[in-house]
Amino acid sequence: MLVSYNWLKEYVNIDITAAELGEKITKSGIEVEIVESLNKGITGVIVGHVLECVQHPNADKLRVCKVDIGAEEPVQIVCGAPNVAAGQKVPVAQVGAVLPGNFKIKKAKLRGEASHGMICSLTELGVDTKLVPKEYSAGIFVMPSDAQVGSDALSYLNLDDYVLELGLTPNRADCLNMIGVAYEVAAILNEELRLPEVPLEHTGEKASDYISVKVDATEDNPYYGAMLIKNVSIGPSPLWMQNRLIAAGIRPINNVVDITNYVLLEYGQPLHAFDYDRFGSREVVVRRAKDGEEIVTLDDTERKLNSSHLVITNGEVPVAVAGVMGGATSEVQEDTTTVLLEAAYFEGQRVRAASKDLGLRSEASARYEKGIDRNRVYEAARRAASLMAQYAGGEVAEGIVEDGERSVSEGTAEVTRTRINSLLGTAIENEQISEIFTRLRFPFEVQGETFKVTVPARRPDITIDADLVEEVGRIYGYDRIPTTYLVTESRPGGLSPYQAARRKVMRYLEGAGLYQAVTYALTTPEKATSFSFVKEQQENIQTISVSHPMSEERSTLRSTLIPQLLEVVRHNHHRSLDDVGVFEISSVFFTIEQPISVLPEEKTYLSGALTGLWNIHPWQGEKKRTDFFVVKGILEGLFEELGLRSRISFESESLKGMHPGRTAVIKLDSITIGLIGQIHPGTQKEWDLNETYVFEMDLDQLIQTIVEPTVYQTLPRFPSITRDIALVVDKNLPAGDLNTVIHEAGGALLKESSLFDLYEGEHMEEGKKSLAFSLKYFDPERTLTDEEVTKAHENILRNLEERFGAELRK
Amino acid sequence: MQDRLQALKEEALLKIQQANELKELQEIKVSYLGKKGPITEVLKGMGKLSPEERPVIGAYANEVRDAITAALDAKIRQLEQAAIEEKLNKEAIDVTLPGRPVRKGNSHPLTAVIEEIEDLFLTMGFTVAEGPEVETDYYNFEALNLPKGHPARDMQDSFFITEDILLRTQTSPVQARTMEKHHGRGPVKIISPGKVYRRDDDDATHSHQFMQIEGLVVDENVRLSDLKGVLETFAKKMFGEDRKIRLRPSFFPFTEPSVEMDISCFKCGGKGCSICKHTGWIEILGAGMVHPNVLEMAGFDSKKYTGFAFGMGPERIAMLKYGIDDIRHFYTNDLRFLKQFKKA
Repeated sequence: MLVSYNWLKEYVNIDITAAELGEKITKSGIEVEIVESLNKGITGVIVGHVLECVQHPNADKLRVCKVDIGAEEPVQIVCGAPNVAAGQKVPVAQVGAVLPGNFKIKKAKLRGEASHGMICSLTELGVDTKLVPKEYSAGIFVMPSDAQVGSDALSYLNLDDYVLELGLTPNRADCLNMIGVAYEVAAILNEELRLPEVPLEHTGEKASDYISVKVDATEDNPYYGAMLIKNVSIGPSPLWMQNRLIAAGIRPINNVVDITNYVLLEYGQPLHAFDYDRFGSREVVVRRAKDGEEIVTLDDTERKLNSSHLVITNGEVPVAVAGVMGGATSEVQEDTTTVLLEAAYFEGQRVRAASKDLGLRSEASARYEKGIDRNRVYEAARRAASLMAQYAGGEVAEGIVEDGERSVSEGTAEVTRTRINSLLGTAIENEQISEIFTRLRFPFEVQGETFKVTVPARRPDITIDADLVEEVGRIYGYDRIPTTYLVTESRPGGLSPYQAARRKVMRYLEGAGLYQAVTYALTTPEKATSFSFVKEQQENIQTISVSHPMSEERSTLRSTLIPQLLEVVRHNHHRSLDDVGVFEISSVFFTIEQPISVLPEEKTYLSGALTGLWNIHPWQGEKKRTDFFVVKGILEGLFEELGLRSRISFESESLKGMHPGRTAVIKLDSITIGLIGQIHPGTQKEWDLNETYVFEMDLDQLIQTIVEPTVYQTLPRFPSITRDIALVVDKNLPAGDLNTVIHEAGGALLKESSLFDLYEGEHMEEGKKSLAFSLKYFDPERTLTDEEVTKAHENILRNLEERFGAELRK
Repeated sequence: MQDRLQALKEEALLKIQQANELKELQEIKVSYLGKKGPITEVLKGMGKLSPEERPVIGAYANEVRDAITAALDAKIRQLEQAAIEEKLNKEAIDVTLPGRPVRKGNSHPLTAVIEEIEDLFLTMGFTVAEGPEVETDYYNFEALNLPKGHPARDMQDSFFITEDILLRTQTSPVQARTMEKHHGRGPVKIISPGKVYRRDDDDATHSHQFMQIEGLVVDENVRLSDLKGVLETFAKKMFGEDRKIRLRPSFFPFTEPSVEMDISCFKCGGKGCSICKHTGWIEILGAGMVHPNVLEMAGFDSKKYTGFAFGMGPERIAMLKYGIDDIRHFYTNDLRFLKQFKKA
């Protein structure tokens, strides 16, 4: 809502500046986003009288004018506007004047003719071109003939005004009009309120002799009123009205239309003026549109309607879409003489349906959608009729022809002083509360400490005691509310074990060299399901899509984080950032039904993507590329951190999108909880990536697993014995299998086994490889003898031979 | 004989002095002090001496031997010292060369901001509550006093999946769920961070996915003035001890009264600058006293219990705190962006 400071002063005494007023309104509850001066830096523009206007001798498009600017002698001004003429009163920028954009007016010679100033158009004075009345859009502005020559033109043009732009929350639709704002400002400033006087004389004829009104959709349209104004003559509206419309962002059209817009701004009541003679009948019938019914609206566009739209008809065909836009055929035109004025209360939902479907948003539809004051409809109609009598020469037929109740009873609400003070933390007295309700102009009664308040219809947002508490609080002033500290039962706060573990995982991964990424949950249906560590499910994961996506790219909830992390890798790759290690912890979504009827299953996944060099220390010649084992090492460290290392195993698996020979599923005990591996070279190429490794795990499973508490192990008092063993085995035999058997066969004495060599090259029999383990034997109770160790060692060897045909490497 | 010893001594000392290697000294040692050396020879001839001469010469011979031994030891030490020094000299490194980097990542700036806020409220006895990102219309709207058709639903145009299920547009449904779990008994003191979704076109200041963090306290006798106290603590902790706060009336469907909190500009201190758009104040969060309808719907007696809630956007706070100019940076994850928050 744009509020003219000068206009507002007509209703309330304001003796502070526009900026100060803006500040006060903001502090009391309605955010004033901008206080804008309409004077965009103008000085020295005065009213001039064009005494003489002749063709420029050397230029077709220029005219030479003699203009009286109140000085001793008229000045000569060369003007290029096509509409300049002798006898006009015009805005003149004198020599020395400044126009918007710091444009200084100097003496000039135009094609040989001296020019002492400039006759201005509204655009040159800083008015938005689209607000300039059509008749002046291509030329200078012509002022009323009673304008005082030599006086400041800005006040005539209202360019000395300020506009306050209100950022209204949905509950304050009452301030979508000047009177509503006036109520608010009068309460804030504790000033008197002056409402417009509406004198109305009748011709003696009755409106009901001309028109009838019937509403066939009373729920959508609880009240419809029609007035009739005869003998209007269409012409421009008075300059002050045009100025106010311009300040509010509405372009002046003609007196009748301007008046309906003016009353819309003043009362917040949308009005529509039909040309009675072009209405097509003598009856107004309001009903739902029929599916497929058509209307050509004011903007000369044919609109197709449906049964969710409400229309005004002449009994036969639609003449307006209720609350949205009138029809072209019954539009007020130059030759209109009889106006049928509509003032109605339409339900917001109905107006919204049509305005949304037709893509038409207007000042009127916005107000209906947000809710108008039912009890002001009739008053607004009278105001418009009165202005038409005054400024369009109209004669008002008596009465308003209506269907529905003209007014509704006002609501009530109750609040106690105790409630006010206990909710706000204040100690406000009865007298202060009374004063505040008086300032707000809410009628009330006090009984002890209880306030029974009648809520005016303009404030439908107030229904319960808390609403009244807010009204008292904001007028009292939030800056006067003390600062206190919570007194609640003392309980320890803190993270849940899950939340603490999740933080631990993040800190570990950051410490291990990965950056945390946060990516979008919505993606394409393909990407949403492109990776899965559950082999059996990977081909038939059900997608969950939003019903009206903004784009295909953001249509479907993901069931894997890997694609978005690959996008991160690619984004960086395209910027030559090729060494990337990122992880993300986010939700993924699963369902088994289509469409969903209950909330989908939400899991928290931990995923990562790594590519490029892992370690790099160039001047020492060290460069280590990220490979499977870099990633595996990071994860093993994580499992250790979580106390799960011994319960985790990696098993080779071929999964969609992954390199078949370099991918494993991660198992916790026997449950698959994740994957690790290299992106399939084909996928890699599709995505335009370098060699990239990823992992993905179900974090919930990982950190909700119960872990045995740590038990201290006595430090060894006896020496351990280490024996190495080098084996030749089939190339395909996983080292992990050998290790498992080593531990089984080694018995209690074997404390550790670690792989220290892998050899697959020359001197090795085809299809074979050599693996060497270092085995550590230890007994906490005594020193082991050589014989015991040899026995255990040989047992291991025998088992390996039997199970895998392993041979000692010669 | 004494002369001979004298001469041997001088000869040996000279050689020791001239020697440059340990090996030479070893040879000198053997040749002068060895069993076949000249001093031994001299001593062997002691039998021929008179008993008067014998102790004199014997003592002198020992003196010569000691002198040579001492000279040798000194020279050896000298050479060893020189050798060590030479070795150390050779081992010298350029300490200005760069060290071996320890690979280290860091948190996302949004996580950093959220954890900072969480930690602050944890010290005030809050717990962290979390909830699903896909929500029912009931928890996302209705339980928060936003019945179907409420104009405020427009303020947060939503991604619906079905008529009743949508991507949550706010973290407030966690408040409704948490209150419900308390079965009408206070106190409730939670902070709830998380991702939310709205149908906005992504640009420098809008994102269809973003974070929120909300707080909720429900108990007997909770007042707006208490909210003011909590928010003041928060503002000082997050933005500096000398921050002032200002509450302005506002509107949210789930609170009444509703307020918006501004803090005095941390850049200019309130004088007016580009960060605070020359107002001296920066809008930080929305808050208010929990609407009685919300309390009642969650099973609390709104006559007995009151509460406050507040909510803010970690993106906005991170953008203000670090001077980030484009919200999309948070979701693009350019390494050059992420790496800037090492000490966040």
